[in-house]
Amino acid sequence: MSGVEVLGLTAERCIELLDGRDVSCRELAEAYLDRIDRVDGDLHCFLRTRRESALAEADALDRDGRSGLQGVPVALKDILSTRGEETTAGSRILEGHRPLFDAGAVTRLREAGTVVIGKTNMDEFAMGSSTENSAYGVTHNPWDPARVPGGSSGGSSAAVAAGLAPIAYGTDTGGSIRQPAALCGVVGMKPTYGAVSRHGLIAFASSLDQIGPFALTVRDCALALAAVAGHDRCDSTSVPLPEPVRVPDAEDLRGVTIGVPEALLAQGVEPGVRESFDAALRLAEGMGATLREVELPHAGYGLPAYYIIAPAEASSNLARFDGVRYGLRVEEARDTVIDMYERTRAAGFGAEVKRRIMLGTYALSSGYYEAYYGTAQRVRTLIRRDFDNAFAGVDLIATPTSPTVAFEIGERANDPWAMYASDVLTVPVNLAGLPGISIPSGLAGGLPVGFQLIGPAFAENRILDAAHALERAIGFDPVPPRLGGSA
Amino acid sequence: MAEISADDVLHVARLARLRLSDDEVGRMSEQLSTILGHVEALGGLDLENVPPTAHALALTHVTRPDRTRPSWSRDEVLAEAPQPQDGAFRVPPTA
Repeated sequence: MSGVEVLGLTAERCIELLDGRDVSCRELAEAYLDRIDRVDGDLHCFLRTRRESALAEADALDRDGRSGLQGVPVALKDILSTRGEETTAGSRILEGHRPLFDAGAVTRLREAGTVVIGKTNMDEFAMGSSTENSAYGVTHNPWDPARVPGGSSGGSSAAVAAGLAPIAYGTDTGGSIRQPAALCGVVGMKPTYGAVSRHGLIAFASSLDQIGPFALTVRDCALALAAVAGHDRCDSTSVPLPEPVRVPDAEDLRGVTIGVPEALLAQGVEPGVRESFDAALRLAEGMGATLREVELPHAGYGLPAYYIIAPAEASSNLARFDGVRYGLRVEEARDTVIDMYERTRAAGFGAEVKRRIMLGTYALSSGYYEAYYGTAQRVRTLIRRDFDNAFAGVDLIATPTSPTVAFEIGERANDPWAMYASDVLTVPVNLAGLPGISIPSGLAGGLPVGFQLIGPAFAENRILDAAHALERAIGFDPVPPRLGGSA
Repeated sequence: MAEISADDVLHVARLARLRLSDDEVGRMSEQLSTILGHVEALGGLDLENVPPTAHALALTHVTRPDRTRPSWSRDEVLAEAPQPQDGAFRVPPTA
């Protein structure tokens, strides 16, 4: 076994160790892969690792010399296409699927010299808030294995919390990075819509999906975002950032005005979550921030609007899984092509995916289109305007990330709307296309609580600065006590 | 309160190319009714003069010269197909 202890190790510290030649790229990758072998049998963060390829890439870096992010191990949610390597999106319908190309973000990570160690578990096609909807089994929360890690990027958030990767990437359509980051006690950021290429991200809801990082610290999160952000000619909705992502070094919050949408928080936020949130606000005030109540009168309508818009887009995007060009095919003798489509999709999709395809198809069907989809799109306009109005008076908006801490596995599995309610404080941000981060604000009942900071479009650096200053004041230890010390 | 009947479910399933078991039809009818019941909250808003938003960013169309570029070989693409035949994707008869 190599000598480096990776539990609680930040990406910045990895880089220091590599720069100082205290550890080789191979030793570092091996340390993470060995730890995955030891502890991931119980947690199931990874769907598969790529030991041989990762070590070969690490060896090449050790041989040729390295700098920057080169040699830093990263994990990828299994919705990001990797050329020639299985990419399933957590679905049976893509079992064994080997994409012909790398996702734009994956290309950037390879160019940066990061070492991809494996692909992480997720709710099927990113539809879910608990990672229970994976066709390949549930992921357990490293803080309490009887509880969910959140979702849909629960494999990535749990991997970072459990010391199985210093950086992991996920995707966030309605909270799928921020909510699992909150439930696992790590940092997770959804950048502005368009900040990271969606090319090769298996699409769920194209007007909402964004790729973003998980890490143990805000500074690591900035490093990880900088590595993938920017325009990609293969995604015409991706844009160059107005300024490069900077690694933050702010020490206080002087001159920063933070808005708190009190009316939105009045419903459904658990007392323990609220206490942790309020304590973080007091710390922010103590560091020089000005707090101000803001109105987001339509944000409470975000959840129902989202659960029309996202399924509508999904029903269209998932029409491509038809058993013809790639993926699963189920066919019987004398089937017509329609029979084959229907059998393939019945066998290949899980219950939640079918539910959303049905919901979206219904909302887009003749006679209902305007009443459901048209209405939801107009509500989306009102939510955007609410944020525009609020940001005229404040620099950032703060909310708890999730109204609750991690819930028990199985607890919400038979009640779709209770599961959707996890997303009430995160979906308005996606509908408005804005950037948001979740940082741990403390514990409630021994489980992590997430604190969300939302900014105007392309205010990533403003968010990262404030989150970094606040993180230092909070002083949260992201290593789950039950994993503490050497596993 | 939205009521999604078993017939509605079967009609939508046909549009969505999904074959559902009887159990699934019953569950779907119940769950879609519940979810759409929550969505009815949107009906209370005055949306008369509110334009729809399809996309959060104001983007302009991007164009590029229409030139041929290297693409994947047919063999590479067909290697992923569940049932390739004679250099093409095989599908069952349409009727």
